Amino acid sequence: MFKYYFEQIHNVEIWPIISLSIFMIFFLCLLLWVFTTDKKYIEKMEQLPMDGGELSNSNQKSHE
Amino acid sequence: MELEKFSYDNKIVKYFIIATVIFGVVGMLVGLTAAIQLFYPIFNFDLEYTTFGRIRPLHTNAIIFAFVGNAMFAGVYYSMQRLLKTRMFSDALSWINFWGWQLIILAAAITLPLGLTTSKEYAELEWPIDIAIALIWVVFGINMIGTILKRRERHMYVAIWFYIATFVTVAVLHIVNSFEMPVSLFKSYSWYAGVQDALVQWWYGHNAVAFFLTTPFLGLMYYFLPKAANRPVYSYKLSIIHFWSLIFIYIWAGPHHLLYTSLPDWAQSLGVVFSIMLIAPSWGGMLNGLLTLRGAWDRVREDPVLKFMVVAVTAYGMSTFEGPMLSLKNVNAIAHYTDWIIAHVHIGGLGWNGFLIFGMLYWLIPKMWGTKLYSVSLANSHFWIGTLGIIFYALPLYVAGITQSLMWKEFNAEGFLEYKNFLETVVQILPMYVLRAIGGTLYLTGVFVMIYNLMKTAGTGSFIANEDAEAPALKKEEKVHTTGWHTVLERKPVLFTVLTLIAIVIGGVIEMVPTFLIESNVPTISSVKPYTPLELHGRDLYIREGCVSCHSQMVRPFRSETERYGEYSKAGEFVYDHPFLWGSKRTGPDLHRVGAKYPDSWHFYHMLDPGSVSAGSIMPPYPWLYEKTIDKSMTASMISALRTIGVPYEEGYEDVANDELDKQAAEIAARLKAEDNIEIVPEAEIVALIAYLQRLGTDIKVKPEQTTQNP
Repeated sequence: MFKYYFEQIHNVEIWPIISLSIFMIFFLCLLLWVFTTDKKYIEKMEQLPMDGGELSNSNQKSHE
Repeated sequence: MELEKFSYDNKIVKYFIIATVIFGVVGMLVGLTAAIQLFYPIFNFDLEYTTFGRIRPLHTNAIIFAFVGNAMFAGVYYSMQRLLKTRMFSDALSWINFWGWQLIILAAAITLPLGLTTSKEYAELEWPIDIAIALIWVVFGINMIGTILKRRERHMYVAIWFYIATFVTVAVLHIVNSFEMPVSLFKSYSWYAGVQDALVQWWYGHNAVAFFLTTPFLGLMYYFLPKAANRPVYSYKLSIIHFWSLIFIYIWAGPHHLLYTSLPDWAQSLGVVFSIMLIAPSWGGMLNGLLTLRGAWDRVREDPVLKFMVVAVTAYGMSTFEGPMLSLKNVNAIAHYTDWIIAHVHIGGLGWNGFLIFGMLYWLIPKMWGTKLYSVSLANSHFWIGTLGIIFYALPLYVAGITQSLMWKEFNAEGFLEYKNFLETVVQILPMYVLRAIGGTLYLTGVFVMIYNLMKTAGTGSFIANEDAEAPALKKEEKVHTTGWHTVLERKPVLFTVLTLIAIVIGGVIEMVPTFLIESNVPTISSVKPYTPLELHGRDLYIREGCVSCHSQMVRPFRSETERYGEYSKAGEFVYDHPFLWGSKRTGPDLHRVGAKYPDSWHFYHMLDPGSVSAGSIMPPYPWLYEKTIDKSMTASMISALRTIGVPYEEGYEDVANDELDKQAAEIAARLKAEDNIEIVPEAEIVALIAYLQRLGTDIKVKPEQTTQNP
């Protein structure tokens, strides 16, 4: 099936280079974004699991 | 801001927890049985249904899909509702998810001991069950996405991302790897053959570990660890990097399961590089988990929940360091096919998955029953018994694996193999197998202690089936201060899901495209011909009995292997192998060059009683192969199915196939009679199996064109 299309690709050696480039670009964008994220947003997200909105806190000794 | 009142569905969580515990015990008991069989073969009770080859997949499936799978659902259903501040999208879908999944497990528990298997690791279930898995998985996905859409919390916490990635990726993996050509209701042939099949399978196998045993549990870690420690995760930024880089890199690393095989070299190297890169996100996640406990280490001394979680996260760190190391070709050359790998996966299974599940249960049950844990000291006992169990399980297997591998490779001064008889290397490590079974028993004992403790805990409280909660409704199109594109992304779950899909598909495609290329690149070996009808039947028996669990069919290009087994395996030799049967473990010797090595009568006696032919063998006897006969009515459909997926049987061959089968079977029966006066009906299963074993790896010997190799 797909192989007929891919038979056109002769320089299969270029695949690893493409792979690495895609990854590097992806990773750099990710880092760039993470380090430019708003602090308030991060703080809000960190606290998210702490408040589940439950009303019945029967015997919990937690101080949430 | 108006508060909306609603309730969380705890009942579904409770049911998944019960299923987790039941199948945990079952899966571990089966594992223990298999472990005992390795030093005490008769522990299969002389039943075909309980031989090692059949219960080994039962153990792996029960642990992965039943124990860990149910725990994953329990944790996801609990945490997702609370993180999104809403009840699940549909109670009906939740229950379809639950009962559907249990039915699939039941189907697996029935079919695997019956020998109905595809033989592809962790994907052994036959095609009707595969379809059921896909359907139930989609139900889970709809329920999850639906819940996200009706959420009351604008942003999706990182745990939810891991759940989404799990859903998307497992769906893709399962569907692609399960392409198979049905022959009958419970028999199919993999769509792919040989090298292709191997690459697809290990792309699946590796990522099943990644996206079924790892990503959902990282999601659970990011929820339950902060809850149990009562403090937020160490670094949310790190968790974002952890998530995207993990799901992006993981998918590429599958070929590390095929190092030194007939897979093209560049694909192996790609697998190695990405495996090494995996250390970074994995350890980022581990550190994020452990550092969440900063300033709370005193509580780890007292709280069993935290103890379990700390060991779980540490085990995650150890196995994600060990994994990349095992992916280095020089380490892999020693570790592959040995018990080292079994030790490695059990650090992950017993430590990471098991202990995180236990920690989660000790935290959840008191919460959901509105009470306190019945006995902290019993939980602490469980912790220590379990930890000792892991150590007693893993250490002997590390010793066993390295010892055996070194023995396989040992040459004496004359340049011959020091341990020419494979069995010598097996007998040497049997004491380690005994110790491993003791470790497993300890671990299981701990589980029983936990069950008692949790049942007592539930007894002292009353179950809160629907937990009341309130939260403000999510306002539509509220203009929040935009803080970057990712925050926007988290408000758009569907888009997020699509991007996750893209992230995993890029790696998948780059890894898979060459699989299709390979077919035209594999140097065709003209003497390699399709199997004869009798050999096909024999091959199906080889699959049914799970021979692949203990025997590889892949001679690697090492002198120690070519000396022991013969010519190393070539990609072109497997072009008609639907499915491939390369195997991943050598409890017994490699069989790729076993064809024509021994007389037919040797196989006849060996399968009947391995111990009488090779004294000390731990292979079980297969007496039923001598009583049962092959189903010749299947031959035609087997041939047709294989032709459809590319095996060049001539048109109309299926009509004469049984004539050829009879002829070959009669020849073998006659040879057995001549060799040792053995009387056997030609239709007996053993005859077909002998035909297949004698064919293995002999095609390249047909022509004298082969060159001597010197790796």
